[in-house]
Amino acid sequence: MLSAESWSRENALSLVSALSTQHFPSALGAMMKIGVVVFPGSNCDHDCQHIFKDVLGQYVEMIWHKETLLAGLDAIVLPGGFSYGDYLRTGAIARFSPVMGAVKEFAKKGGLVLGICNGFQILLEAGLLPGAMLRNKSLHFICKDLSVKVENAATSFTSAYESGQVLKIPIAHADGNYYTDPVTLAAMQANAQIVLRYCTPDGKVTPEANPNGSLDNIAGIINAEGNVLGMMPHPERCAEAVLGNDDGKLVFLSMLEALKGKGKQLKMVGA
Amino acid sequence: MKAKIHVTLKQGILDPQGKAIEHALDSLGFKNAGNVRVGKYMEVDLDEKDKAKAETQVKSMCEKLLANTIVEEYRYELG
Repeated sequence: MLSAESWSRENALSLVSALSTQHFPSALGAMMKIGVVVFPGSNCDHDCQHIFKDVLGQYVEMIWHKETLLAGLDAIVLPGGFSYGDYLRTGAIARFSPVMGAVKEFAKKGGLVLGICNGFQILLEAGLLPGAMLRNKSLHFICKDLSVKVENAATSFTSAYESGQVLKIPIAHADGNYYTDPVTLAAMQANAQIVLRYCTPDGKVTPEANPNGSLDNIAGIINAEGNVLGMMPHPERCAEAVLGNDDGKLVFLSMLEALKGKGKQLKMVGA
Repeated sequence: MKAKIHVTLKQGILDPQGKAIEHALDSLGFKNAGNVRVGKYMEVDLDEKDKAKAETQVKSMCEKLLANTIVEEYRYELG
């Protein structure tokens, strides 16, 4: 038993983790433990919690950005919002949050990390994904439903979709103009790392369908290892039929399938 | 010692704010104004007397946090 003196949040977390994984495996059954990181200024954290917990029946732990220990989690979500008020650059300060060290470790070990909108921007600043975000070409903050094409349906985040499927999914950002150098872009293209592209409703990837000036109509990319995905559109805002659109739900279902080892045969070239 | 740091988008990277300002200048009649680039200006007080040491620190600050060197460049003055 732990003495009162040695009691700390770290002890509590490791105890909870040990109990849930070793002593009560059947109680949790196939339930996955999803960590949603909460930065000061995150505002889509509870939406992500709602989808995983209430819609998909999983266990969700909200992780305050000061945490440095991520025990017993199966996947991590960096949600949308305006972490640290977007001061300096979007995601620039959040990447130095104490929790990001643990997130990097988790990713390095192959854990699934999903970054949505501001979460994507943080992943870029943290170097977990290549490239950077620029201000939207139009300078406007754009908040509307758009058509987005699933270019790679063989990832842990998109395996429940059909390849080439067109999703109706909202974006809400002012800095979603993705940029990277030509060498990195070519490598990502060759490696099928561009997972989502802005397109017309009938699936054509055209300059007119590009809302923000993003290079190569990029809406979402994955790392070469295939375990870290960043996307500007908000799948958590369209994951329930009762709200009129559940096109985004399969992102979360794909993750659960991958965690349960039931996803499609995943193949990432060069991974 | 005070560091005065300027961060701007690299040449060749589209600067939508710069473009918008350029158009506004044009419509105000400043027909000879072009290539407007918008950046950030930061002042940092450093408790450091050795200029070389201060410079190393400022460079490190820029590389690690103040500029995203994928899309931005920086310059600074120390005094």
